[in-house]
Amino acid sequence: MGLLSDPNRRRALINLLTRLNAPICVVCYMAGFACFMGLSFEPFTLRTYMSENAMGSTMVEERFPAGERALATGREFAAHKKKIGGMPVDWLVKTMQARGLEVFTQSFSRTLPFPDENKERYMVKGTNVYGILRAPRAPRTEALVLSASCSPGDENNQAVGLLLGLAQYFRNQIYFAKDLIFLVNEHDLIGMQAWLEGYHHTNTTGMDWTPLHGRGGSIQAALSLELNSHVVTSLDLVLEGLNGQLPNLDLANLFYAFCQKLSVLCTIEGKLQRNDWDSVSGYSQAVQTMMLMVMKQASGRPWGDHGLFLRYHIEAATIKGINSFRQDKTDATTIGRLLEGMYRKLNNLLERLHQSYFFYLMPSLSNFVSIGYYMPAFGLLAVILLLRALDLWVQLVTPPPRNEERVNDIAQSCPGVLSILIPLVISHLTGVALYMLPVRFQEMAVEHFPVSETEAVVLTAIAVYTAGLALPHNTHRLLSGEGTEQGWRVLKLVAVLYLAVLLGCTALINFSLGFILALTLVPVAAFVTPHVPKVLSAFALVFLSPACTLLFSVFFYQELQEMPVSFQDGWILYLSVISQGILDHYLYGSLVYPLIALLVYPCWLLFWNILFWK
Amino acid sequence: MQPHTVKHGQFCSLKVHFVVYKQLNFPTPLSRDGRRAAAPLSKMAAPLTLLFLLAVTVRAALFNSSLKELISDRVEVVSPLTAWKRVIEGLALLDLGVSPYSGDVFHETPLVIYLFHFVVDYAEVTFMLADLITAGCLYMAVKDYNKQVFRKQKFALEADRYPLDCLELIRSPKEMHYIPLKVAMFYLLNPFTILSCVARSTCCLNNAVIALFILSTIKGNLLLSAVFLSLATYQCLYPLVLVAPALLYLLQHQYIPVNFRRPNFWWLVAQYLFMFGGSLLVVVCLSFFLLGSWDFLSSVYGFILSVPDLTPNIGLFWYFFAEMFEHFRLFFLCVFQINVFFYTIPLSLKLKDHPVFLIFMQLSIISIFKSYPTVGDSALYLSFLPVWTHLHRFLRNIFLVSCLLLASSLLFPVLWHLWIYAGSANSNFYYAITLVFNVAQILLVSDYFYAFLRREHHLTYGLYLKRKDGSEAAMVLK
Repeated sequence: MGLLSDPNRRRALINLLTRLNAPICVVCYMAGFACFMGLSFEPFTLRTYMSENAMGSTMVEERFPAGERALATGREFAAHKKKIGGMPVDWLVKTMQARGLEVFTQSFSRTLPFPDENKERYMVKGTNVYGILRAPRAPRTEALVLSASCSPGDENNQAVGLLLGLAQYFRNQIYFAKDLIFLVNEHDLIGMQAWLEGYHHTNTTGMDWTPLHGRGGSIQAALSLELNSHVVTSLDLVLEGLNGQLPNLDLANLFYAFCQKLSVLCTIEGKLQRNDWDSVSGYSQAVQTMMLMVMKQASGRPWGDHGLFLRYHIEAATIKGINSFRQDKTDATTIGRLLEGMYRKLNNLLERLHQSYFFYLMPSLSNFVSIGYYMPAFGLLAVILLLRALDLWVQLVTPPPRNEERVNDIAQSCPGVLSILIPLVISHLTGVALYMLPVRFQEMAVEHFPVSETEAVVLTAIAVYTAGLALPHNTHRLLSGEGTEQGWRVLKLVAVLYLAVLLGCTALINFSLGFILALTLVPVAAFVTPHVPKVLSAFALVFLSPACTLLFSVFFYQELQEMPVSFQDGWILYLSVISQGILDHYLYGSLVYPLIALLVYPCWLLFWNILFWK
Repeated sequence: MQPHTVKHGQFCSLKVHFVVYKQLNFPTPLSRDGRRAAAPLSKMAAPLTLLFLLAVTVRAALFNSSLKELISDRVEVVSPLTAWKRVIEGLALLDLGVSPYSGDVFHETPLVIYLFHFVVDYAEVTFMLADLITAGCLYMAVKDYNKQVFRKQKFALEADRYPLDCLELIRSPKEMHYIPLKVAMFYLLNPFTILSCVARSTCCLNNAVIALFILSTIKGNLLLSAVFLSLATYQCLYPLVLVAPALLYLLQHQYIPVNFRRPNFWWLVAQYLFMFGGSLLVVVCLSFFLLGSWDFLSSVYGFILSVPDLTPNIGLFWYFFAEMFEHFRLFFLCVFQINVFFYTIPLSLKLKDHPVFLIFMQLSIISIFKSYPTVGDSALYLSFLPVWTHLHRFLRNIFLVSCLLLASSLLFPVLWHLWIYAGSANSNFYYAITLVFNVAQILLVSDYFYAFLRREHHLTYGLYLKRKDGSEAAMVLK
């Protein structure tokens, strides 16, 4: 309080902050970036450890014997699938019943807002089949889920086979205290969404589904299985769910512990862990792994079938079998044992997983970065905005008062308010247009231009986005040339605070998205004034705008995946990423598209506006 | 206005007055007959009507949107005391012939439930009307108050009580002209008010009663002031502390000095307290006769004082009492509750010449320290901020405070989402933001308090204070 109440010290502090504003901002930016890059350096990270007592100290013995039989079931399933040309519902019901489960089906249908060209679907109709193995030892108030999706083509047959094999094996065990639900969902996430909404009696996305006739207890944890071949060389753990939500770290720890125990090769983000953290290549591997996680989390999409469980407070992950050309192969029996072990440990849970972290990044499976470590990196970027705001505030308050200062509480009579309000309103209306128009006007676009519906949506979005750049001139005509020095300062103050709050909220919900946006938008917010060279800074502004950030992210992601693309392919990928983002919003309620369209883009437009202030 | 009578020794000061009048563009000094005062009212009527229309439009639009349900479930906007859902539940119980206080749902007062017994179909109109009444009352009260402030300042100027270098601190009618309108605007267009109106939080009604109390006090009406204060106390107990500023104001209004040896001081105090106590008794007895039982006492006031419902809100109580061992509960309950009442004494001593500022301070203290605060409570005292625009030059942390208030009010829903829906954050995150919000409020209020005292100090001792050695002095709050 002394610092705040002693006027001399306050004045000294404020003088220091305003005089050294630019250097401090630069240092903060560098430090924020360096801090972020340092996160994946192993000595700065924490080793993972099991926090949950119920899962840590207890021993389980895995005895699942029937890997080969499970694969045979998988082949049978594949044959029936091929014969019917879709999900063999009757066969699945019969097989599950034969294994002693209570079997139920749920049918659903959904018309997408526009055709999904990646997965070639528009009007989706399907059926989920699930069997419940009632807990023999407890009052059936809780449940665990194992799911495998029935994908078209030859994919994921082995997963369904293993699921059925495990069901048969678990049926004969007496130690389960939670219901086990074995779910085969059609049309991957759409089916999963229908099933979860049915299970929890909610309907958030306006999908049609028939109600579930059998329910278990409240679901504590869920695993999704993706296996595409008889043998796998390594297992990959996918954690990122809808809106960048992650399951409790204990779930990842559990997987890692069993991989160690059964000596199965395990990866995260498809990257093997290396032991030489002190070498350059070891560090770069960790950086790449963490970057991949950041990119995936920032996208806000569910990266596996588990992604939608997280919304319902259910810890879930996807386990993906990968078959590369390594020597040591893992057979289905071992994978079955691994899952058996995980389920037995989850079965021991006394309460929901909550001991360990929910906010983390993983440079490797054995190390993690917790929220306390990565938030300072974001904080260093955010503090730049606050410093700039302080600087602007001091500039606004100190020069001779009278004319326009303290606009924030002056009534309508003051022209200052109007000159702030108009850009704010216009840029937000542009944002609303960016959000509404692409899907609303796809038919009209298809009528008038030779494009498909999906292309129409994406191209309309890009068109609206670009059209927004033309706005400042319009605003100026409206303002009839009363843009003053004070005016742009006030506008910039509002915009900078707006951006700071926006990024702060985003980073709390989805750190990666917040950080990537901060990395690109903070420099814009810091340097833009009407007095910088127009052409150069306009170019820089566009270069750092959200859309360009997305474009670079696409290339960067491909680079990290070690699948670099040419510019042509990258552009096509970019268009499909936009369409996927819009679809994710309409299908599953992902928030990234509305966030960008309704808030981030208008905020960026404000800075664009300041640049062209006259 | 009669010309000043000039005595010989006052020539110098008269010159100062002319300078002042010229600088400040006084048209002519305000007259007391109120005819001049009527002219600005008609001039202000158009913007005021426009403001009311705008406020009603915004509320009506939100009432008809799907946001209504979302807003009325927010813990920041409704508390267990004021939630509309609970009022509906109480009404249903009443209709079934069961006491609404059986069970632990309904905690509003009997009068409110009987009010809504008749107007439940027009609830939305009622709440909008309550907001308009609040704004209108505040408008008129502040207008009157400003007139008095100005008159007092004129007398002080004439009596030559201000030091010469304080001229820039003197307030001109030009800058005071829009203040009442701004107050009404701050209340009606404040997102906090809009949210609590759309959520149909009964906090709006409480605010309306308090605003009526302020208006009748400032108008100098002893009886109405006591009646409305007793109604406000009956509604949510804490406005009890407003007795002190009301008394101080009424004493000042009748030119009675605060002197314990003067009989007319005690006569007025006794009169006021009698009226206050009497009307409180009448209201409470009326409630008893309406319901036929005393259930409501424990269910309303017991509920406010003993804080059994620990639903998270923007206040300081819930987290503390959720964490606390049961046998310390009573002690800490006293410690927490005494906060609201305790500050009355030092503040009344310090601000005994400025009862309206004291009302502002008390309102803010109530809304910070009460057991079930909502954003609607904060909105009431925030609407007073335009009255103190002349203090802006002495505010020190206003930038920091407004950033904190802005950020924390936006972070509330985010952290709530992370805690309750996503399950990834926990109650500590939410409580941290609650703390930030309350610290910001406290900083804001103490900043205004400091600025007010400092201005008064300057008005007595001159604006440019020198130390004994001649260097410029700085004022430190310790």
